[in-house]
Amino acid sequence: MAIDNDKIIDDVTQSEYKYGFYTDVETEMIPKGLNEETVRRISKLKNEPEWMLEFRLDAYKKFKAMKCPNWAHLKIPEIDFNEIIFYAAPKTKPTLDSLDEVDPALLETFNKLGIPLEEQKIFAGVAVDAVMDSVSVKTTFKTALAEKGIIFSSFSEAVQHHPDLVKKYLGTVVPSHDNYFAALNSAVFSDGSFVYIPKGVRCPMELSTYFRINAANTGQFERTLIVADDDSYVSYLEGCTAPMRDENQLHAAIVEIITENRAEVKYSTVQNWYPGDKEGKGGIFNFVTKRGICRGESSKISWTQVETGSAITWKYPSCVLMGDNSVGEFYSVAVTNIHQQADTGSKMIHLGKNTKSLIISKGISAGKSQNSYRGLVKVIKRAENTRNFSQCDSLLLGDKCGAHTFPYIDIQNDSSVVEHEATTSKIGEDQLFYCNQRGMDTETAVGLIVNGYAREVLNKLPMEFAVEAQKLLQVSLEGSVG
Amino acid sequence: MLQIKNLHASIDGKDILKGINLTVNAGEVHAIMGPNGSGKSTLSAVLAGNEAFKVAEGEVHYFGKDLLEMSAENRSREGIFLSFQYPIEIPGVSMVNFMKTAVNEHRKYKGLDPIAASDFLKLMRDKKELVGIDSQLTNRSVNEGFSGGEKKKNEIFQMAMLEPILAILDETDSGLDIDALRVVANGVNKLKTKDNAAIVITHYQRLLDYIVPDFVHVLSQGKIIKTGGKELALELEEKGYDWLK
Repeated sequence: MAIDNDKIIDDVTQSEYKYGFYTDVETEMIPKGLNEETVRRISKLKNEPEWMLEFRLDAYKKFKAMKCPNWAHLKIPEIDFNEIIFYAAPKTKPTLDSLDEVDPALLETFNKLGIPLEEQKIFAGVAVDAVMDSVSVKTTFKTALAEKGIIFSSFSEAVQHHPDLVKKYLGTVVPSHDNYFAALNSAVFSDGSFVYIPKGVRCPMELSTYFRINAANTGQFERTLIVADDDSYVSYLEGCTAPMRDENQLHAAIVEIITENRAEVKYSTVQNWYPGDKEGKGGIFNFVTKRGICRGESSKISWTQVETGSAITWKYPSCVLMGDNSVGEFYSVAVTNIHQQADTGSKMIHLGKNTKSLIISKGISAGKSQNSYRGLVKVIKRAENTRNFSQCDSLLLGDKCGAHTFPYIDIQNDSSVVEHEATTSKIGEDQLFYCNQRGMDTETAVGLIVNGYAREVLNKLPMEFAVEAQKLLQVSLEGSVG
Repeated sequence: MLQIKNLHASIDGKDILKGINLTVNAGEVHAIMGPNGSGKSTLSAVLAGNEAFKVAEGEVHYFGKDLLEMSAENRSREGIFLSFQYPIEIPGVSMVNFMKTAVNEHRKYKGLDPIAASDFLKLMRDKKELVGIDSQLTNRSVNEGFSGGEKKKNEIFQMAMLEPILAILDETDSGLDIDALRVVANGVNKLKTKDNAAIVITHYQRLLDYIVPDFVHVLSQGKIIKTGGKELALELEEKGYDWLK
């Protein structure tokens, strides 16, 4: 099948990134570059209270003293922050209640992405917060949710309307000095989503945020904060795309989740930022800090991610299992193709007794990409009788890509059980021929085999997303087998 | 249906087939026997379109079309089915999903719409019953964790689902106990019509007690060295292959 290799590379170059269009809307921007003035300007544009500005300035100070991390298995080009625009917003003022006042060009953009914002058209049971560049464009179903006491709004709105809640939880899971990109985000974050589920409430619909980078030379720095009070439940989805551009664009986000006693949060991501072209030019640099803390006893946080986009991905959705009997889960499918690089995995920090965690990671590498799993399981002395099971599988397509696994395990008591399993496999020519002989072409066969391999994780996604994710896997790998 | 003329094929530079001539007509069952390494499996792989094998010389016509020019998937869609000697495992892919994909690819080729879910499930049920296999088998991933016998039964089940015109059974009897052998052979016999044909590749005469061939060919060192009726198989069982050389 050596001949096929060339065909494949051709095919990959032809299989276009579907979401690479650009919407021509009037955009309000601040001058490019990063300094204290940038931070103040963003805060002022958002009409923030003093404490919020202080939080940002403090983070900026910390950021200046930090260096870009270099421990990941990634080649990260130097990022020139003076060439980045840190705030860009579609000019039409997003109004909160009426769709009529949203720029039709924006509605069209989200429609094209398959995210209709007219409430009657949305899949039954999914509320959406749509974020374009630096601001939230529209949040749907707000009133319906408010009746149950659920707050689902853009981050900026939350700062205005629910300052006490934001102040209480902001930065408690990911402090601004946590890492270089977290500090950067804390200084310049522009918008994002805020969710609060009150005690005893089961959120009746999926909540979702859709992120879209549109303007050129901008970075996107959003923040999501989800608080689930005692005995509550919410399932939250996140999706993202960007136009095709020759230059790299920076995305540095923070997601914080807090679960109180017996609360549960399910967080699912389908990440499809522009991965760059076949030569490795362009694409999003995706540096994200996602962390949840199970503060309450018997609470649960579950991360599910399908990662197919971005030129560079650096993210480790983690759980701090503080409450006794709390549970953390991480399910991941990470696909890299062409010149993409991904260093992703999870951290499970066991602080409470009888806490449990599960990590299922499925890496798929194709083209000339590099795909690494990096994970930490830490159990402190007090966290007796904890359990962890980690499974890290890698699937290689072709012979120019790489798969790597970096597990770190730190156990400080002897009543805990930690298991780690890892496998590496290739899609065999014999598997492909078997499918061919049953009448399937090679593309269909690869899609079938890859979806089978990732099934354990895809099954964890909410229904509406699972089908999309399956298609996405197929498209991302189009023609990548030799 | 099928005309093979002077077929030469090699793998990794090693010549395996050295001039095969064979004609198969509708309604016929051909048995191909021969010692290990004589080229039996190579012949089935070449007919099914496995690209690991290179054809150096010769022609193969299938209903007048140049078979060697066709992709493996199109050969399947045109009605050629290979029952694998060693069926392949595909973890995580359910038999239902696998079979549905295959059936729909065949339908697409014929210009038909995808099969409705209820029709598909009924088709599965009917075919399972026809070949007499355990219905639990189809709830599992393709061949994963199947015993040798289950894998072979699963091949026959897939054959029933796809209703081929030319079935090639590559050592379908190897590794089967007598009960499994009977199930497999019964399945093949039930699927037999006057319009289709089968090439049965086997080491042993045993299978031919159940699937009765019209012709028996002896393959040795890449060539058919003798052709006869079903009695030839009995003779081979008794005397071995050496007397033919």
